Amino acid sequence: MSTIEAQVKKIVVEHLGVEEDKVVADASFIDDLGADSLDIVELVMAFEEEFGVEIPDDAAEKIATVNDAIAFIEANKG
Amino acid sequence: MRRVVVTGLGLVTPLGADVETAWANILAGKSGAGKITKFDASAQKCHIACEVKPADHEYGFDAGKRVDHKIQRQVDPFIVFGIDAAGQALEDAGLVDAPEEMRLRMGCSIGSGIGGLPGIESESLVLANKGPGRVSPHFVHGRLINLISGQVSIKYGLMGPNHAVVTACSTGAHSIGDAARMIRDDDADIMLAGGAESTVCPIGIAGFAQAKALNCSFNDRPEQASRPYDKDRDGFVMGEGAGVVVLEEYEHAKARGAKIYAEVVGYGLSGDAYHVTAPHPEGFGAFRSMEMALKKAGMTPADIDYVNAHGTSTMADTIELASVKRLFGDDIANVSMSSTKSAIGHLLGGAGAVETIFCILAIRDQIVPPTLNLDNPDEGTEGVDLVPHVAKKRRVRAALNNSFGFGGTNASVVVKALED
Repeated sequence: MSTIEAQVKKIVVEHLGVEEDKVVADASFIDDLGADSLDIVELVMAFEEEFGVEIPDDAAEKIATVNDAIAFIEANKG
Repeated sequence: MRRVVVTGLGLVTPLGADVETAWANILAGKSGAGKITKFDASAQKCHIACEVKPADHEYGFDAGKRVDHKIQRQVDPFIVFGIDAAGQALEDAGLVDAPEEMRLRMGCSIGSGIGGLPGIESESLVLANKGPGRVSPHFVHGRLINLISGQVSIKYGLMGPNHAVVTACSTGAHSIGDAARMIRDDDADIMLAGGAESTVCPIGIAGFAQAKALNCSFNDRPEQASRPYDKDRDGFVMGEGAGVVVLEEYEHAKARGAKIYAEVVGYGLSGDAYHVTAPHPEGFGAFRSMEMALKKAGMTPADIDYVNAHGTSTMADTIELASVKRLFGDDIANVSMSSTKSAIGHLLGGAGAVETIFCILAIRDQIVPPTLNLDNPDEGTEGVDLVPHVAKKRRVRAALNNSFGFGGTNASVVVKALED
């Protein structure tokens, strides 16, 4: 597991209060992990803070799964 | 007229996070006061508070027991305390899985005096230091006072009135009184009613200290700081926690075979119309609040055996006491009056609810809780049993709780042993 992947999963577990083994690559934040739209805003903020990236609103709207988040961060991290 | 009885109780206090533990510690004369642990208070005038203890403490609070991990992260502690106390009360009343038809007529009236001050403080710092884009999306609904009632209604599916009182330190008593009226007026059959507070944070302590309301002279002796009616009293000690009762229409409770603790028979309200923080010097508002509660109950002072005083350990104690003396006349000789704030501090918006629960337990167990640290009673206390230091076994047929708040808002609630 890459460092980014591990950190993303840790943030998701902490923010959504879900079991670690449920946070798989294709897990949907809303459908599989019980998040609502505000939880996603909070997750995006946490990713921005943790990885020093800026996630604009239109990009944030496309982040639906754990993998989407990892991919965005890997592509945009300085 | 529809009668209102109490069928469930829930408490989160600095002396225990369930009803029986808190009550046993209160009766044992323990103090919940100590040095502030939630933040470094060394720069403050006041270094002490009655904090709710952590889960690993002998009588600590385990937030995870009734509140989801995610919600704990999103909301201020007063909401967590309120949800837990409401859950305890529902469990006690056997109403956790009430059928939908019943839940349509079950409501919430759980308030707070200040609300989410710690979160307002910390998110303001986020705003100042990191900008608006870092403010939590849960900031607003995690701090709002009516969000205990909101969260509880969602968690337990309660679809009746959803209400929240905000009357400073009278909140808990007003919440119970207002909710009892909602049942009497047929808006609901069951109401969860009470109050919660948690403002042990830098701005909360500084704000009350600057208002000269907090005790700042017993920092080295926290357990002795809250000393209602004592000559050396010098301000209140901040407490935190929650108290919630299940109020239920009498026939409804009887029909489902519920355990009935007591009946809510009287409720009085008044305004001092005098000063924002100081009570009327003759206790005019306090007097009229108590007088109205007794009148509504169809009772006289001779029917009251116990008064749980507002008694915050400030100069106002003797003003309240004088108004109680004036109302009771010769009957003052037969009543016991104590301030449990001597043990758990001042729970602000939670106080009236927690203290009404102590009144109910005094009736159940026929014992009255003590006023701690009453070593040298102040002038004006003569002829009144203030139950110094030790709990006292005695007959308790009915009890009156007083709660008074900033803004000059007063509430009194009378509870009575059930009679058919």
